[in-house]
Amino acid sequence: MAVQLEGVRRVFDNNHVVIDRMDLGVDAGEFLAVLGPSGCGKSTLLRMIARLSEPDSGQIRLQPNGARFETSFVFQDAHLLPWRNVLANAALPLELMGEAKPKRDERARAVLEQVGLLDALDRYPAELSGGMRMRVSLARALVTEPRLLLLDEPFAALDEITRFHLDVQLRELWQRRGMTVIFVTHSVSEAAFLANRAVVLARSGGAIKLDRRLELPAVRNNELRADPRLGQEMRLLLGAIEE
Amino acid sequence: MKKTLLAPLIPFVLLTLIAEFLVRAGFVRAYLVPAPSAVFRAMIDSRVELLQALFATSAGSLAGFVMSALTGIAIAVLLSSSRGVQRAFYPYAIFFQTVPLIAVAPLLVIWFGFGIQTVIASAFVASVFPVIANTLSGILSTDPPLRDLFKLYGASPLVTLFKLRLPAALPQLFTGLRVSAGLAVIGAIVGEFIAGGGLGSVVETARTQQRIDKVFAAVLLASLLGLALFGFINLLSHLTLRRWHASEQS
Ligand SMILES: Nc1ncnc2c1ncn2[C@@H]1O[C@H](COP(=O)(O)OP(=O)(O)O)[C@@H](O)[C@H]1O
Ligand SMILES: [Mg+2]
Repeated sequence: MAVQLEGVRRVFDNNHVVIDRMDLGVDAGEFLAVLGPSGCGKSTLLRMIARLSEPDSGQIRLQPNGARFETSFVFQDAHLLPWRNVLANAALPLELMGEAKPKRDERARAVLEQVGLLDALDRYPAELSGGMRMRVSLARALVTEPRLLLLDEPFAALDEITRFHLDVQLRELWQRRGMTVIFVTHSVSEAAFLANRAVVLARSGGAIKLDRRLELPAVRNNELRADPRLGQEMRLLLGAIEE
Repeated sequence: MKKTLLAPLIPFVLLTLIAEFLVRAGFVRAYLVPAPSAVFRAMIDSRVELLQALFATSAGSLAGFVMSALTGIAIAVLLSSSRGVQRAFYPYAIFFQTVPLIAVAPLLVIWFGFGIQTVIASAFVASVFPVIANTLSGILSTDPPLRDLFKLYGASPLVTLFKLRLPAALPQLFTGLRVSAGLAVIGAIVGEFIAGGGLGSVVETARTQQRIDKVFAAVLLASLLGLALFGFINLLSHLTLRRWHASEQS
């Protein structure tokens, strides 16, 4: 699914302009990382793309549009329902969309298998590690087979090793499914490692300081983390941030 | 579990022994504080009367408590439906709580007559507010990202209420129910002082007959009733929340 922002503006409390006339196009199937300092409006941007809040002016077009529920959202923390087990948490979106129980459980089980949680179906969020909870959250987002996946600093609260695992897993899921991904992060290394294209936002007004296609191999694994090409991309992104 | 039951028994036994000693040795006058053994004897001697009274008070408290739980949750849901509704009505809920029950009880008799209805109404009035306040605060503090999630997948307000907001409010609801359980017993006894029946009446008549041992026996039973109700809610809360709420995991 392609996303087209034209002159998008968002103002809070009457005069706090968080995003000012932003233009941004994201192609179908792209993996875009959005970088920017804390408070620059990254979450605001994602929420508008997800139609969870409306821009004050400008337009956000999704193409092809028409079908509902084609967008999924992953938050900074897992935000699972603590009274539901892993399977029921992953099946929640389908349940809310009115899917029958056998069908939704089957699909939830399939997607939980993809994130390696097949042996934890009956467990409750309180019984899982932070990394497992985030994988359930990812499964919950993927269970609807979204064509647009929005992630808002999803792995920021995890330890680095768990984050490395999840980065690789997310990248694989994207390659297999070919949905559009917009990944918000404040980690330069994570942005460079994951994305095909990175956008760096200015501290205020949502101005785009850098928009770059990353020159890195399609397959991203942990070997790439020590690759000089990754270092080069990170330097470029960092340069734009510090500018 | 055993230890948590045993530990509070130790001070109880100690206090009982000390009280017994103080009364027998003449440090405390028996018409002010009876010896624990006298209270025990009063319990045995008047067991039929006391048990009947306990049963009546239990019925009154329980009925009032159940009404509080149901109405309290319903009112909290209504109040949570819109900010306007909340602004208009919540102050009255608070005001309602500050009206002294003991002053209202005679009114209840006028409205409901001498009998269990007044006792139930009194238990209800005494115990409804903590359910409203805690449930409302639980519903309102539902995690915003989860509300976004429900919105994203097109959940109606009713679905969001039953699948998200009410379950999310459960820990706080139970906090309210625990407080309100004790208050329901107090409310029932106050009602009985005025409308008659139950342990409240036993306390009243025993007092006029200078039977301080019997007063104590009835008070003790009333406390045990409150404790039992509290324990029941605790158990229910534990069974419901054990898989998911951090405070229930210790
Ligand atoms: N609902 C809101 N009401 C008022 N101000 C908000 C709201 N949401 C975000 N803001 C403000 O908008 C700015 C950008 O917030 P956000 O998009 O969360 O930034 P980021 O995700 O990049 O850290 C911040 O200054 C924040 O205080
Ligand atoms: Mg943010």
